[in-house]
Amino acid sequence: MSAFSAIGDESEIDRDEFTPGIEPQATWCPGCGDFGVLKALKQAMPMVGKNPDEVALFTGIGCSGKLNSYFNSYGFHTIHGRSLPVARAAKLANPELEVIAAGGDGDGYGIGGNHLIHTARENHDMTYIVFNNEIFGLTKGQTSPTSPKGHKSKTQPHGSAKSPIRPLSQSLNAGATYIARTAAVNPNQAKEIIAEAIEHDGFAHIDFLTQCPTWNKDAKHYVPYTDIQQSDEHDHDVNDRQEAAEMMFQTENKLYEGEVLTGRYYVDDQSPSYGEEKRATGEMPDEPLAERYFDEDAEWERTYDELLHHHK
Amino acid sequence: MTDNELIWRIAGGSGDGIDSTSQNFAKALMRSGLHVFTHRHYPSRIRGGHTYVEVRAKDEPVQSRGDGYNFLLALGDSFARNPQEEAYYGKEELKPLYENFDELREGGVLLYDEGLLDEEDVDEVGLEEAAEENGWEVVPMDLRGIAKEHGREIMRNTAGIGATAAILDIETDEFETLIEQNMSGDMQEANLAVLEDAYEAANELDVDHDIEVPENTHDEEQVILSGSNAISYGALDEGCRFISGYPMTPWTDVFTIMSQHLPNFGGISEQVEDEIAAAALALGASHAGVKAMSGSSGGGFALMSEPLGLAEMTETPVVLVEAMRAGPSTGMPTKPEQADLEHVLYTSQGDSARVVFAPANIRECYTQTRSAFRIAYEYQIPTIVIYDQKIQGELRNLPASHFDEEPNADPGSVLTEEEIEEAAHHSSGKFKRFLHEPEDGSNVSPRSIPGQKNGRFLATGNEHNEEGHISEDPANRIAQMNRRLEKLDDIRADLDENADHQTYHGPEEADYGILVWGSQQDTAFEAVDRLNETGHSVKALGVSDMMPYPVEEVSEFLESVDQALVVEMNATGQFRGLTQKEIGKYGDKMSSLLKYNGNPFEPAEIVDGFESSINGEDLAATNMKYLPAAGD
Ligand SMILES: Cc1ncc(C[n+]2csc(CCOP(=O)(O)OP(=O)(O)O)c2C)c(N)n1
Ligand code: SF4
Repeated sequence: MSAFSAIGDESEIDRDEFTPGIEPQATWCPGCGDFGVLKALKQAMPMVGKNPDEVALFTGIGCSGKLNSYFNSYGFHTIHGRSLPVARAAKLANPELEVIAAGGDGDGYGIGGNHLIHTARENHDMTYIVFNNEIFGLTKGQTSPTSPKGHKSKTQPHGSAKSPIRPLSQSLNAGATYIARTAAVNPNQAKEIIAEAIEHDGFAHIDFLTQCPTWNKDAKHYVPYTDIQQSDEHDHDVNDRQEAAEMMFQTENKLYEGEVLTGRYYVDDQSPSYGEEKRATGEMPDEPLAERYFDEDAEWERTYDELLHHHK
Repeated sequence: MTDNELIWRIAGGSGDGIDSTSQNFAKALMRSGLHVFTHRHYPSRIRGGHTYVEVRAKDEPVQSRGDGYNFLLALGDSFARNPQEEAYYGKEELKPLYENFDELREGGVLLYDEGLLDEEDVDEVGLEEAAEENGWEVVPMDLRGIAKEHGREIMRNTAGIGATAAILDIETDEFETLIEQNMSGDMQEANLAVLEDAYEAANELDVDHDIEVPENTHDEEQVILSGSNAISYGALDEGCRFISGYPMTPWTDVFTIMSQHLPNFGGISEQVEDEIAAAALALGASHAGVKAMSGSSGGGFALMSEPLGLAEMTETPVVLVEAMRAGPSTGMPTKPEQADLEHVLYTSQGDSARVVFAPANIRECYTQTRSAFRIAYEYQIPTIVIYDQKIQGELRNLPASHFDEEPNADPGSVLTEEEIEEAAHHSSGKFKRFLHEPEDGSNVSPRSIPGQKNGRFLATGNEHNEEGHISEDPANRIAQMNRRLEKLDDIRADLDENADHQTYHGPEEADYGILVWGSQQDTAFEAVDRLNETGHSVKALGVSDMMPYPVEEVSEFLESVDQALVVEMNATGQFRGLTQKEIGKYGDKMSSLLKYNGNPFEPAEIVDGFESSINGEDLAATNMKYLPAAGD
């Protein structure tokens, strides 16, 4: 028997299996967009045939980080901005795990921005969901990297002089191979995108628009959402990098002008994931490393035999 | 003091091959049966600048670099020969010669490359006067010329070795064998020829000196390696198969060695974007079931403070290495210091539960890294191996059998799926990963690994209940805090029983004590021997466990002496402070001898410092500081 027998268990999976048996203390405000992510994520799991024991969910700090409490799987609620590096290594240690990371816009685009660039660049095979509510929620309403220019908050009383970050363009430039945007108010699209992202072999970045009714009442979250894949107006080849770049650039302007385009922007299913690259160069074993510690027949070489003769 | 030991110093510019030459020299002497020790000095510069390495050889195990040296091979700095405009170089070419005058002992030999260094310039730096004053035997030789004859002037090194061998009457067989083993083809032939020519040329000269290269033959097979090698091999033998890091001197050494070997052992090495990520990756790998390590030096370790706290709170095992260099901030990148102790003990928020080991030497680097992994994985706690530039850079021989230990692939307190079935679960089905009172009565609540059936739990840096859910319940908080902190008592008991990390040196009974930690231990022990030989009554205790602190052993030691001198390489007496804090008494018995000029102690300095301190005199030497006892 494998040490990780939950992995690849093909039985019928019900989304309710991902609901903790006992509801944790509610920490999200009524009407919070984060519930939309939770629901979509739970719905996506049966679609991809994953069971709770084979999913490892890594979160950062912020309201978004509470996702783990509502989602029944293996979880690691890490520190502000650092979910990606922790998640990345878990995937390397056991490539058979389904690794999902999640965080807020402050968490993922602010403090953890550097990790996002590098995780995308390396194209780790994992899914990253950013709860983008254009505000710092948990610390009570400060301006975030996605808040629009001129946004006023207690820490920026004169209105932010900064332009918002362009997370999609940035991920594309960095090397992510699946980039999409969806919204809590678009549940059908959301679950499909999450399922697709999970099945994608490479780094999938989902910018998930979530409303924060408590701190960000001004945010234009109920404006028309256009699904670019459903709209005749937007004839867009998701595999074309050039086109995707142009599309992302435009939508990132439009986000603050009243029209929000959602859907898949870019899908590259040709490029090998980081794990595959690393195995190809011989830098990583074919078998999941984590298995070996449970395998009684595994051979553990002594450095004595291997290395010490160089020192004699 | 030229009898019965050779301390050979090779000096040149960084990039002149000083390092590799000295390594080969030391290895050849070891193979011929001697005990060896190397000491490296180098500037924070990539090419050029004055750098040297000393090789000390004796007929008994060598404890330290010794005091001064008795043979200088000055090659000159070849990178200073084409100074670029607007860069200040001064007499850089000659630095490897004149900057070494200070410590060359009376009656020593000074061999310099007259092919690189012009005689007129040499006159200008006052060699002749200095030689006369100190009774040095000066030997100019055209080493560059000999090398050039066979192709490349970089082989000045080999010529220097050949000449050294002739002057000291050392057989060249071992040097030849090393050249044969390390090189092939034309390079091999050329180097062998250079070695022979230089040997013969030097043999013609009439060099008068009284250095006696001792003789000895080991009764056991020896290996020569550095502290970084030993830490890496300890990690590999203890089943470490994942490392993540970001380069920073001197940590880079361990990171490089591990990166080179891990893939061959079926492991993974990751160079990542910064040190926060490095530590975070190690946590992720460990969480997913692989024995993992990361590390850095001062500034980089500062960035690891938050992930370190996360490891404590989530009880994720991990080993971090902290290779100290002189601080604060970027400080002196290539100079050793022991001033990150408090940083490593106390960094990160909250009441911390971590384990810190400070190996004394290469031998301990291996054994304590193994301890660090074993403790981390058995007790689910981050452990830190703190060492410094000194042990990182020095090479020493020890019996190969020291490493002849079975690997330990045990993942520690992890359950198999069968055991998880039997274990405690919450009514929701969640595995009780953080039991308040683990069934075996220990403070270690066994863990599961993602992917195992029915082992689901949440690891979080927030305070959490038994299943891992965030909880601010006061009773739960106390139960979890106590359990995490009490592990340190269990670990103290475990170490007392299973690992002998503290080292006693000198007579059992003595009036005075020297208390010393980390890399300065062996040097202090050499000083203790000398002090006792000259009629003092001194013993020493070398401490290698910083947290949990060996309170009992150190208390007994302090109790048994009238006064103790605490020797450490920093300006504020951090270890003495720790000792006082942990034991809570003997503050009136402890005074400090401190050095923080970028160089480790030499035994004679400790002897001097000790003597002045007991005589109530001010230190004569300006490179050290004395801090009197502060009272309780
Ligand atoms: C190193 C560090 N800095 C600051 C904080 C405080 N902090 C907690 S959550 C947060 C912002 C969260 O904003 P966002 O990521 O947008 O998430 P949201 O709460 O909106 O979901 C901050 C600054 C922290 N926990 N750690
Ligand atoms: S503060 Fe905003 S983001 Fe946080 S839970 Fe409330 S509504 Fe959601």
